[in-house]
Amino acid sequence: MHEMGIALQIVEIAVASLPADLGDARVAAVNLKIGKLAAVVPESLRFCFDAAIKDTRLAGAKLVIEEVPIVARCKDCQAQWAIHEPVFICQTCESGSLEILSGRELDIESIEVVDEENNDSG
Amino acid sequence: MIPDDEFKIKSYFHHKDFHKPHHSHTNFSQAGVSTQKSGTREIKVIRRVLDVNEKMAEQNRKLFADKGVFVLNVMSSPGSGKTTTLQKTLARIMSEIKSAVIVGDICTTHDADRLADTGAPVVQINTDEFGGDCHLVAHVIEKAAVTLALDDIQFLVIENVGNLVCPAEFDIGEDSRVVVLSVTEGEDKPVKYPLMFRECEAALLNKIDLLPYLDFDKQKAIDYIHQVHPDMPVFEISAKTGEGFDPWIEWLKNKIRQKV
Repeated sequence: MHEMGIALQIVEIAVASLPADLGDARVAAVNLKIGKLAAVVPESLRFCFDAAIKDTRLAGAKLVIEEVPIVARCKDCQAQWAIHEPVFICQTCESGSLEILSGRELDIESIEVVDEENNDSG
Repeated sequence: MIPDDEFKIKSYFHHKDFHKPHHSHTNFSQAGVSTQKSGTREIKVIRRVLDVNEKMAEQNRKLFADKGVFVLNVMSSPGSGKTTTLQKTLARIMSEIKSAVIVGDICTTHDADRLADTGAPVVQINTDEFGGDCHLVAHVIEKAAVTLALDDIQFLVIENVGNLVCPAEFDIGEDSRVVVLSVTEGEDKPVKYPLMFRECEAALLNKIDLLPYLDFDKQKAIDYIHQVHPDMPVFEISAKTGEGFDPWIEWLKNKIRQKV
């Protein structure tokens, strides 16, 4: 429901992260990581992102979303596993004392810029 | 008793006022490492999308710690009885604990009007007059909190916008979060909205006075809550009749005492 706000935040961060010497180079993609436990729907976010990038330096860029599985570790028996169902109980010892190692991500990883100069100076 | 005229504040905070850039981004180019990748150049960013909110939430947390205020974020779906629960809760603790309320709604001040009747100072946040944000964010809380006499307050309760999805994602600088689930909703809400039930410290199962008239399987709901959040305290209450409030009030007072 709040995907538009998140899309605007992504655009703001991505634009601020572009190097000053970029010139007119086109931004090809924004790479994002979203944890499966995050309250964000990737499809809605893509839709909002496409609207949010209009008339910005990111116009035409693709939002590449990598979904991160929920991984938990049992604080009692140290077992580690990926959670696919909403069951937050250790499968080995039935403890409810878990540490969530991943699955809450909502991170911008990187931005891909089209290298138009056709040389490999980077 | 707090004189009403002095403290009954109702202010509108419109969406647009809060989304102006209020911070300057630090220089990220130093973090940018460029790598070659088939015709494109990859610029590393590695930043949490919500880090501006998270930083602001930490500032709020520090402000509340300095002022010795315990802050509770109350969340639920619309219509679960948050406002009535808070009215009854404040009525029970106001004589011992100086309390204040920040209430978030998309629009109207109806909830603020109801909560102001308790005598507690109330600040209403409207995320947008015409249907705006579905959750409260940290900088809006900061704007609302500074209008309260925080030195004279021990307990600040924040009634979030009715929604089981988005508010769970946004830290506002609170000490504790609770979720209200009413028996007129489905038993499976906890497994449908696991983040909310993971993020909260306790659950209030409200409207239990209606159980005789419903097919709601109370034990199933509690089992689902514990499947998502093992050992989570669940308080069975009726905000209408006041039934079951004693253990909840005791739990809350303990939490407040631990901080204040």
